Amino acid sequence: MAARIHVGAGAATALSTFNSKKLVAPPSRTNLPARSSKRYIVAAAGSDGSKKSLLRVRHSQKLIANAAVATKAETSATTGTGHELLLFEALQEGLEEEMDRDPHVCVMGEDVGHYGGSYKVTKGLADKFGDLRVLDTPICENAFTGMGIGAAMTGLRPVIEGMNMGFLLLAFNQISNNCGMLHYTSGGQFTIPVVIRGPGGVGRQLGAEHSQRLESYFQSIPGIQMVACSTPYNAKGLMKAAIRSENPVILFEHVLLYNLKEKIPDEEYICNLEEAEMVRPGEHITILTYSRMRYHVMQAAKTLVNKGYDPEVIDIRSLKPFDLHTIGNSVKKTHRVLIVEECMRTGGIGASLTAAINENFHDYLDAPVMCLSSQDVPTPYAGTLEEWTVVQPAQIVTAVEQLCQ
Amino acid sequence: MATSFSATLPLHGSQENRLLLPPIRLAPPPSSFLGSTRSLTIPSSRSRLYHAHAARRSPVVGVQEVVKDKKVTNSLLITKEEGLELYEDMILGRSFEDMCAQMYYRGKMFGFVHLYNGQEAVSTGFIKLLTQSDSVVSTYRDHVHALSKGVSARAVMSELFGKVTGCCRGQGGSMHMFSKEHNMLGGFAFIGEGIPVATGAAFTSKYKREVLKQSCEDVTVAFFGDGTCNNGQFYECLNMAALYKLPIIFVVENNLWAIGMSHLRSTSDPEIWKKGPAFGMPGVHVDGMDVLKVREVAKEAVTRARRGEGPTLVECETYRFRGHSLADPDELRDAAEKAKYAARDPITALKKYLMENKLANEGELKMIEKKIDELVEEAVEFADASPQPGRSQLLENVFADPKGFGIGPDGRYRCEDPKFTEGTAQV
Repeated sequence: MAARIHVGAGAATALSTFNSKKLVAPPSRTNLPARSSKRYIVAAAGSDGSKKSLLRVRHSQKLIANAAVATKAETSATTGTGHELLLFEALQEGLEEEMDRDPHVCVMGEDVGHYGGSYKVTKGLADKFGDLRVLDTPICENAFTGMGIGAAMTGLRPVIEGMNMGFLLLAFNQISNNCGMLHYTSGGQFTIPVVIRGPGGVGRQLGAEHSQRLESYFQSIPGIQMVACSTPYNAKGLMKAAIRSENPVILFEHVLLYNLKEKIPDEEYICNLEEAEMVRPGEHITILTYSRMRYHVMQAAKTLVNKGYDPEVIDIRSLKPFDLHTIGNSVKKTHRVLIVEECMRTGGIGASLTAAINENFHDYLDAPVMCLSSQDVPTPYAGTLEEWTVVQPAQIVTAVEQLCQ
Repeated sequence: MATSFSATLPLHGSQENRLLLPPIRLAPPPSSFLGSTRSLTIPSSRSRLYHAHAARRSPVVGVQEVVKDKKVTNSLLITKEEGLELYEDMILGRSFEDMCAQMYYRGKMFGFVHLYNGQEAVSTGFIKLLTQSDSVVSTYRDHVHALSKGVSARAVMSELFGKVTGCCRGQGGSMHMFSKEHNMLGGFAFIGEGIPVATGAAFTSKYKREVLKQSCEDVTVAFFGDGTCNNGQFYECLNMAALYKLPIIFVVENNLWAIGMSHLRSTSDPEIWKKGPAFGMPGVHVDGMDVLKVREVAKEAVTRARRGEGPTLVECETYRFRGHSLADPDELRDAAEKAKYAARDPITALKKYLMENKLANEGELKMIEKKIDELVEEAVEFADASPQPGRSQLLENVFADPKGFGIGPDGRYRCEDPKFTEGTAQV
């Protein structure tokens, strides 16, 4: 077991003897049964008596060298079982497994069939399951989303793909009024077990309309759940969980994350739709994030660790509802919160999360909740401008330093 | 009985009294390019355009002329049992809606209530041909569709009163009548938003047959109005239904008015049935004040759908005797127009037909009316006596799986707390 001296902010760099009583058990809520590689690092107690405990660094998925999508990854070394794949393949695997398991599961969307999906998530499925089960729709988001909802009310379990999440703005009538509401207005008679999924987020100079973050628009709709995947592991797990759920679930994928590579278990697993994921436990500050910003945060975390900070990074995964248990436990431990998201500043997921944390955990906060969001601007085409609209790792580092003063 | 839509059926009455104004003929007549799909028949190859201010087209074609025009045989269109069933259903619709108006003005129901008086022939004509497993999708003017489909008057009245015994536990209201048992898929407040849902139900039918290899002959009937026919969802669904050959019938209840907007003022080509052929399905126009004519067209359309031949667009020319809703003062519509359609009251017409053809006598019809009166009274009493929803019902049906409310700070799912459905001041 390696030992390392942990230096907290402002603490003296005194060495102390190793105290075995400071070993802390691994967290129980991990959702990652296959990931067992952990390194325990013992930290010394600072001479100022400030509370330091173990630094646990778990080899999580990818610490991306830069903001671009990485294709190489340091994967957890498990027992050697498992198979490596890219995120879009993980989504496909999850989808295919559920379609094999239940013949009522079907897919509908633009170019999902013969074309294999514009991001290849449904590749090969039409050949295997036929043109009706993997339905190529005409370009009419509102109508085919509504058709999926009608099919769900009468017994099927459609997975509706928006070729880009932004296109689902055209389906807002159906998603808000019918998807979210019909279970309630029918007095519980009809269930709508649909999954609405698609890629969103800021990509590589795709322009304003293809770079939207719809999670902020949908979050107020009562009756739906929203989840965002960020790794091949949770992509497959969330896809399966969403399909099996009786509630309508909106699964947000990100355009730049489709080529992430990771080794995932061979055996079947699903992820819990309502739970957040502990990415990196820490002591000093809670960083809440989701989707692509997770990687910016982890990159910033490398810098922060070198500077002596110990951030706890949580991928909230469930955008609606929030997992206030995981988040709350973290806030109670670190007393400082930074939210890093890709949503717009105004009315985004971060705004709601800030409100929820302030309401529920106000007494545990030593500093105001800070939220780093994208600028309130239509995403510009120019590369430099686009880079400045989203939160970059350097800004995250600065924010942590500021919060931890 | 003709098995395809043809001009010999009295669908348009006679051509001459079809219009008040002489038709504007396009010369040369349109080529067969438009609308010349396989089994489709457009009765006239001349397209006719109305002047925008050409008001009230109304051939007064009574039910008797149905019989006269049928030069084929002297047999009647319906049996006595069928006739009485149709009559009872229309009387139920009319009495129920009249009672709704009374109850509304007495303060028993609130909000927007849209009554169906005058349009009963469409609902009865179509829905009485359906089985329980066929689906019906409607709009906010849905009370009578629900009743025709089999939802009990008690359940509908309770729903209108907002009681727990309502078909949607009081959570839907006038514009959201749902019944899983009777496959009434709603009840939608925004126009057009039910049409994709209906398309989805028809898609399930096809999926069951072709993917799940079950025998499924269920069809879906979608009802909507003339205003909806200018809405994008309508066209998107016509396209998909024809493309995938879904077992669906699109029924346009063209009552010429969308609140205060005349159909002729809002539509470039007011003949809605013509929009069917543009998408590759038959478009039919029928006199929606005549339940027997509607029924004949419906039979054909439903049979087509059950055989897997795809969708049909049926435009029913009809009229609502009351305003758009109980809040509508109904000042824009011309008194003469209202009088003309009142003279074509579908219930009066059917009564006349039944009596003239000796299918029923005055006494039997009076008995039906009395029975329905009692039924509706009893529904009101039942609704009055039913309890209002308690606070614990507030959040009960938001999610089918209540885990969707999430995990609270204490680590337990919120739904594990039995009081959670009462809602909180904060979440």
